[in-house]
Amino acid sequence: MSQNVSAAPTNLKVVRSTLHRSRNIYAWVFVTPTLLVVAFVALYPLAQTFYLSFTNARFGQSQVNFVGIDNYVQLTTQDSIFTDAVKVTVIFTVITVVFETVLGMVVALVVNSNFKGRGVMRAVMLIPWAVPTVVSTKLWAWMYNDQFGVFTDILHRLGIIKGNFAFLATSNGTPFAIGIISAIDIWKTTPFMALLLLAGLQLIPNDMYEAARVDGANGIQQFFRLTLPLLRPALLVALILRTLDALRAFDVFYVLFGNRPDTESMSVYAQQRLVGGGREGYGSALCVAIFLIILVFVVVYVSIFKVEEA
Amino acid sequence: MTEKLNMSGGFNKRINRRKFLKKSVLAVAGTTLTAGLLAACGDNTATSAPAATTAPATTAAATTAPAATTAAPTTSAATTSAATTAAATTAAGTTAAGTTAAAGTTAAATTAAAGTTSAAGTTAATGATSTPATVDNTPAPTVPNAAAAKQYSGANITFNGDSVGGSTAIDKALAAQFTKDTGINVKIIPHPSSSDDYYASLQRIFQGQSGEIDVMMLDVIWPGAFAQYLTDLNPKLGTEAKAQFDTAVQNDTVNGQLVAMPYFGDFGMLFYRTDLLQKYGYSKPPETWDDLQSMAQKIIDGEKGSNSNFTGLVFQGKAYEGLTCDALEWLASSGGGTIIDSSGKVTVNNASAAKALNRAHGWIGTISPPAVTSYQEDEALNAFQAGNSVFMRNWPYAYAIANDPKQSKVAGKVDVAPLPHDPGQQSVGTLGGWQLGVNKFSKNQDAAIEFVRYMTSQQVQTYRGVVGGYVPLNTAAAQDPKVIQAEPYLAKMANVTRVARPSTATGINYNDVSTAFFQGVSQVLAGQDATSVLPNVQSRIQNDVK
Repeated sequence: MSQNVSAAPTNLKVVRSTLHRSRNIYAWVFVTPTLLVVAFVALYPLAQTFYLSFTNARFGQSQVNFVGIDNYVQLTTQDSIFTDAVKVTVIFTVITVVFETVLGMVVALVVNSNFKGRGVMRAVMLIPWAVPTVVSTKLWAWMYNDQFGVFTDILHRLGIIKGNFAFLATSNGTPFAIGIISAIDIWKTTPFMALLLLAGLQLIPNDMYEAARVDGANGIQQFFRLTLPLLRPALLVALILRTLDALRAFDVFYVLFGNRPDTESMSVYAQQRLVGGGREGYGSALCVAIFLIILVFVVVYVSIFKVEEA
Repeated sequence: MTEKLNMSGGFNKRINRRKFLKKSVLAVAGTTLTAGLLAACGDNTATSAPAATTAPATTAAATTAPAATTAAPTTSAATTSAATTAAATTAAGTTAAGTTAAAGTTAAATTAAAGTTSAAGTTAATGATSTPATVDNTPAPTVPNAAAAKQYSGANITFNGDSVGGSTAIDKALAAQFTKDTGINVKIIPHPSSSDDYYASLQRIFQGQSGEIDVMMLDVIWPGAFAQYLTDLNPKLGTEAKAQFDTAVQNDTVNGQLVAMPYFGDFGMLFYRTDLLQKYGYSKPPETWDDLQSMAQKIIDGEKGSNSNFTGLVFQGKAYEGLTCDALEWLASSGGGTIIDSSGKVTVNNASAAKALNRAHGWIGTISPPAVTSYQEDEALNAFQAGNSVFMRNWPYAYAIANDPKQSKVAGKVDVAPLPHDPGQQSVGTLGGWQLGVNKFSKNQDAAIEFVRYMTSQQVQTYRGVVGGYVPLNTAAAQDPKVIQAEPYLAKMANVTRVARPSTATGINYNDVSTAFFQGVSQVLAGQDATSVLPNVQSRIQNDVK
């Protein structure tokens, strides 16, 4: 009896580990192609960028020298344009993410409630997100136009301005420029935020609200005590995605203001040096710097929200 | 991080880094920049045709360009011989200079003769109708070099051609004719309409040593940067080059090699409203910047009541290559130099330049709308053709559009003059224009060169001038009556000094230099004092060209 008892687990162990091993092998067989692809399209270029950032590589020059951390020294001590670009990008990120989260939440709550035409509403609200950024930015640029733009027209009709107002003029200053860029991004990306939050909202069971009502909680209490805590995982994912996107923002800046010196985002400046100027070494250092800045944001988010617990 | 570094080192030992370099950089940049490429394609869908944005030039010397009236046989002969001499001196050592010169002259003469006949034929054909010549009603010229080109019949070549609707139709008509006459198939891929984006796309093609594009259009500022990737056309097209304007050929000659053939030219001009000048008692366009300012102010004061959008001067004030072109004109016409002088010394920080830029800032909000600091070519043209501005700085492409009743409210009331200057200085126009080059990695060099021979021939340049408004760089085509009729401004602009952007002195650094300059100018237009901005611009440029 005791023999049997002791034998059984051993057998089980053998069986399990054989099974485990063969499963393991299959897993690797299936995963390997993906890993190879990822290594080739993501890891290799990333490593290459790290390597290039320590060189003086240049389009049109075959001679490539290792220059150590020179690029990084120049970047941190002499490049005031990059410092400005970081400031512009961070301000833009804070503004857009805050507005998009609040507005996205409102939209999500609205389309999560029961009303006639909800399906149509959910589809329609996604339109700004479906339009390519370049197209929507061009569209907004026309709306901002001083002579033919709809905003000028409205303000003029309302009697707020006389003649026309040049939204895109450099004389309005940097804060104004960041404001109107943010407006485009908020218009475009709020639906995306709403969509992610809506998915989260739909996971919250209805009976919890019923219970809350029975307990006498009003709408505001329900939102802060029930909806918001349960929405935390979805909110965190949405915030991280949006923050990363905003920090990498290129198209909206580039299309609206090009290389205007006081409104360059980090990516626009990196593109200017790397692609426009053909400075692969210095441009790669910029890309690595952007990568690290974004990394900081991710770490902060994850540690504040404690993803694991959520 | 260390691990990653080691890994990249390992990769480098095994894989030819140069080949993968650009692709991989871009792939990484992809994380941050994918959108950029999209933006690139989508940006300036409107930036129009011939002139389009940019067009840096290399010839440091002021160039007397596509003359039209100074066309007489004497001038042409002089130009030809000058070109011959230049070519002879730069010709490859193996060829005896004398032979080259002789051959050159003969060939040029032959081409000219053939051209005249064919051009006359075209004239007769289109002259019968009163409708303007367009690509639809004017047949593409036959291929003069068909006999020689037929030996490459069946070859396939790809041409990175022009990008705006009408211009692509012209490219297609010419390519179809070429295929019909020679049996060489031409695939046309329009290039990105923004010059900066096109530059980036060519960089990738060259760095990847790709032969997918055989013939490409090149902006006037690029031959220096791309020379090492372009086929030397001297051996096969040296004689044809002598029929082109000398300054354009010099621009395309790098270290004695003819790396591209002049295709069409461009220069900045002042467009003005003839009706408004007359109404306010002005008999001629302004000669100095101060004249322009006072005239514009007076006309605005008179017109503002009936049109609240009315303004005096529109130009390209957005921070991009176009602003470099405009600001270079302000500097050069005010004794402020040309950013970098012919010896390579950075001269941008000087009192005259600061004065010229501060004056331009003074226009903003007075004679120019504040929004001009966001205008490219098309925004300026939009305001002008809507009748909202009395003056406009733009490229020749704007002429046909501003005078087209279908597109413009001011058709027939628009004329062109040289840009103003300071007292004691002279008018200038920034030199632009495009060239055709053959990719060194092309597998169909011979067929590609025959295509370039056709596209830059007198016949084709005449045709493009007539149906597309492109400014010919072929001396004989520039004197063709049909071209002069289609481009009447050529006569007025013939003697205006062409000022070149400093692309020769800066080579591969040109883009950085231009960016430093236009960003500085943009800051001045936004309200900073030029005397405090220019020292920064100066040191940025000095850093970049180092």
